Amino acid sequence: MASNGIKDAVAIVGMGCTRFGERWESSTDDLLLDAVGECLTSAGVARDDVDAYWLGTLGSGQSGLTLSRPLGIDHKPVTRVENYCATGSESFRNACYAVASGAYDRVMAVGVEKLKDSGFSGLLRADPPSDGTAAELSLTAPAAFSLLDPAYTAKYGVDPVAMREAMTHVAWKNHVNGARNPKAQFRKEVLREAIEGAPKVAGRLGIFDCSGVSDGAAAAMIVRAEDAYDYTDRPVFVKALALAAGPMRGGLDPAYDFTTFPEVVHSAADAYAQAGITDPRSELSLAEVHDCFTPTEIVLMEDLGFADRGQAWKDVLGGDFDLDGRMPVNVDGGLKSFGHPVGASGLRMLYEAWLQLRGEAGSRQLADPRLALTHNLGGRPGGCVSFVSVVGNQRG
Amino acid sequence: MSTGIGILGYGAYLPSYRLGSDSGVRGRRVVASFDEDATTMAVEAALGLADGDVRSLWWASSTPPYLDKTNAAAAHAALRLPATVPAADLIGTARSTFAAIRAALGDGGLVLAADVRVGKPGSLDEKAGGDGAAALLLGEGDAIADVLGVASETVEVLDRWRDPQRTTGEQWEERFGFEQYADRVRAVAARLLDGAGLTEADHVVVTSGNAGITKRAGVLVKGALSSTSSPIGFSGAADPLLALAAVLDVAGPGESVLVLSAVDGCDGLLLRTTDLLATRRSVRPVASQLDGGRAVPYPTYLSWRGLLERELPRRPEPDRPAGPPSSRAGAWKFGFAGSRCTECGFLHLPPLRVCRACSAVDAMEPASAADLHGTVATFTVDRLAHSPSPPVVDVVVDFAGGGRTTLEVADADADAMAVGAEVGLAFRRLFTAGAVHNYFWKAVVR
Repeated sequence: MASNGIKDAVAIVGMGCTRFGERWESSTDDLLLDAVGECLTSAGVARDDVDAYWLGTLGSGQSGLTLSRPLGIDHKPVTRVENYCATGSESFRNACYAVASGAYDRVMAVGVEKLKDSGFSGLLRADPPSDGTAAELSLTAPAAFSLLDPAYTAKYGVDPVAMREAMTHVAWKNHVNGARNPKAQFRKEVLREAIEGAPKVAGRLGIFDCSGVSDGAAAAMIVRAEDAYDYTDRPVFVKALALAAGPMRGGLDPAYDFTTFPEVVHSAADAYAQAGITDPRSELSLAEVHDCFTPTEIVLMEDLGFADRGQAWKDVLGGDFDLDGRMPVNVDGGLKSFGHPVGASGLRMLYEAWLQLRGEAGSRQLADPRLALTHNLGGRPGGCVSFVSVVGNQRG
Repeated sequence: MSTGIGILGYGAYLPSYRLGSDSGVRGRRVVASFDEDATTMAVEAALGLADGDVRSLWWASSTPPYLDKTNAAAAHAALRLPATVPAADLIGTARSTFAAIRAALGDGGLVLAADVRVGKPGSLDEKAGGDGAAALLLGEGDAIADVLGVASETVEVLDRWRDPQRTTGEQWEERFGFEQYADRVRAVAARLLDGAGLTEADHVVVTSGNAGITKRAGVLVKGALSSTSSPIGFSGAADPLLALAAVLDVAGPGESVLVLSAVDGCDGLLLRTTDLLATRRSVRPVASQLDGGRAVPYPTYLSWRGLLERELPRRPEPDRPAGPPSSRAGAWKFGFAGSRCTECGFLHLPPLRVCRACSAVDAMEPASAADLHGTVATFTVDRLAHSPSPPVVDVVVDFAGGGRTTLEVADADADAMAVGAEVGLAFRRLFTAGAVHNYFWKAVVR
C-alpha cells in the first residue's frame, strides 16, 4: 500500500459525545458546545490550550466559523471537512495528521450534524447544478443499499428467507446493544417480528433495516503519543488511518455485482498493513462499522475480513458478531441505535472504542479489549468513500 | 401533386395506461403516464423514422410542454438529428398538424403530432378523448404512399376553445359545430376527389373534436372499403395522423386514402398507397397498441394531471436541471450517447474522459446508443423517493454490447420486475421542477 501510516505517533486523551436523538431543544451550536465541553473535561485541557480544530459536518454549517463562532474561539485554526457519511472520521483523520506532522501539540477533532431541523425523512443531498440525469439524484440511500440484498442472495444461492433473517438479526442485535447505551437514540430492544413486519422503505428494507435520523455531536482530543500519559493513564493510541475513495466504476461496469464495496476492501487492507495486523479476526477485540442498512453490515463483515465470502449471513445468524460473539460488532448499538448525524457518526464510533479500551463501557464492557476497528462509509454500492481506523490501548 | 415528395414512413404511439370503470369511463380511455407529454410521445411515434434522410422536423400539439421554448428541439435532440435540420413547433389544433404536412410537402420532413388531452373530471373530454402521438415521414424516393392532394376550408366558429392558462377546455353544443362542419367536410372531400379524378376513396377517415362529425363519419363521406374515425377518441393534434396510421396499418397496395379533419373548417389529405406499403408498415400497429395497456386507478390518474393533490413522501423536491450542464451533456441527456474507450473498448454511460477500465485519458469516441437494450442486473422499489407517482422502480441495466447504467423504470409494475428482465429505452420526463421538464431516458420492459 501507498500509506506510510502513523502507527503510535498520536493518541486520543479525551473524548466527548452528546446523547444522539431528536434533539428538538438543542441547536447545532448547543450540540457543539456540549461535545467540545465534555471532551475538554475528559482530557483535562483548557479551551485556550487547544492549538487547532478540525470540524466535520455535511450540512449543518460551512467553514471553520461553524465552530469558532459558538465556541468563541479566538483566532485559532479551524478547518471544516466533508466527506459524505465518513465526514466525522475525516475530521479525526486530518486532526491526527496535524499532530503527527509536528505542527500542533493538541488538536481537537469535532463532528456535528443537526438533521432533525429539516422536516424531511432520511439524509438530504446538496448537489451542484446538474443536467438532472444522475440516478443518485432521485434514488434514495435505502434504495441504493437495498440493491445488495437480491444481488447477494443470487450470487451465493442464499435462500431469501434466510437472508431476511440475517438482516433481521443485524437490526435485532444492534438494538439489543443500543438498549444498554444511555447516549443512543433508541434504547429499546426490538422484537424480530416487529423488525420483519415493519413498513417497507425500499426493496425488502423495512423501517428497522434503516438507521435512524438524529442529531448529535462528538469530539476527540489528540496529542503526541509520547505526551499521552501526561493527560491520562489510559490513552488510546492510533494504529491506522485509511481512506479510499472509489472511481465509481460499479455503476458503469457490468462486472460489478453489488455484493461488495471494493473501497472497503482497499481501506481495510491499508489499515491492517499500517497497524501490522495479519489476522483481523483474532487480533481485533471489537469493531464499530457503518450499519447504515442491515445488508450493509452483512457485506461489511466480508469486506473487512471478519467472515469468508458468501458466509457472513451465516455467521451473523450464528451470533458471531453479537455482544458475546467471537467478534462483537457495533457494541454501542451502531447507526441502528444512534441514528446517523453524518458529521458525528465516525467520532461516535471512536467514542465507543475509547470507552471499551478504557474499560468504561458499563454493561456493554467487553473483557480485556486491546484493539478496536472503526469503519465509516459514505456514498453507495458502486461508488463510495470508505474509512477504516484501528486504535489500541497499548503503545507498540 | 407532382412535388416528388411522398410518404416514406409513418408511426404511432399509444401510451400504455387505460382509464377504467372506476372513473365512470365505459371502455378504455387511453391516457399518458405522469412522465409522458406531447414531446416524449412524439419521439416514441417517430421510432425508426429518423434514421433516414430527414430534411425538417415539424411538431404539432395543442398541449405544448413549453412556451417560449421550441418543443421540437427536444424531439430533434432525442431523435439525434443533425443540427442542420430545422425544427419548429406548430401549436394549436389538428389544423397545425395539417400545416406541418404542408410544410413537409415542400422539401420533405418529419411531421410529429402529439397530445395529452385533459378533460374536467366527469366531462366528455375525459371520457371520450385520448392521449397519443403519430408521425409521418415525407420525402423523395420510394414512397409507401403518393400524395394526390391537400385541401382546406377555413371557418371561424366557436365550437371548441380553451383558456391558455387552463388544461381543460370548453365546447359549444355539439349540433351547432356539426352543422358548421358538415358542408366543409363534404366540400373538401369533393375537391380532393375531383382533383384526383376519383368518384370515391377506398378508405375515408374523418376526425374532429366535434363528436357529431365523428359519429356520422361514414355517412358524411363514405369509403369504398372502409370509413373510420379516430381509433382512440379525440386526440387533438394527433387525431388525423393516428387515424391515418390505423388505415395504413391495414390498407392494401394501390388504394386511395382520404383523411379529413374537421377543426375550425376542414383539412383534407388524399393519398394512394404503393406496393411498398406492405413491406414498410409500422412495427407497432395501432390496433395492437390499443389492445394492450393496463388500468390506472382513477385517483392516480387525477393526481398525474394535477386535478388531485396527493400527500408526497416527506422528501425535498428535486432541483431543476441547470441549463449549462444540460447543454454540455446534451448528447447524453437527450440522445443517450456515451463514450467508448478507443484503447480497450469499454463503454461509458454517461460519457467520461478517463476510462474506468484501463485509465486511458481522453481516448474516447462518442458511442451512439440508438437502439440500446439490455438486461436488469439488479433492481429496487424506492418508496421514499420523491416522485409524481411513487413508488419509483429503479434498475441497474447491463446493455447488450457492454455498458451499464442505473435508470428509473417507465410504466413500472413493481411486482413484475425481476433480475434478468429485458428492457429497452424510452424518452420520458423524470420530473418537472421550476417549470423545467427534466427529460431523460428510462428503462422500459418491451
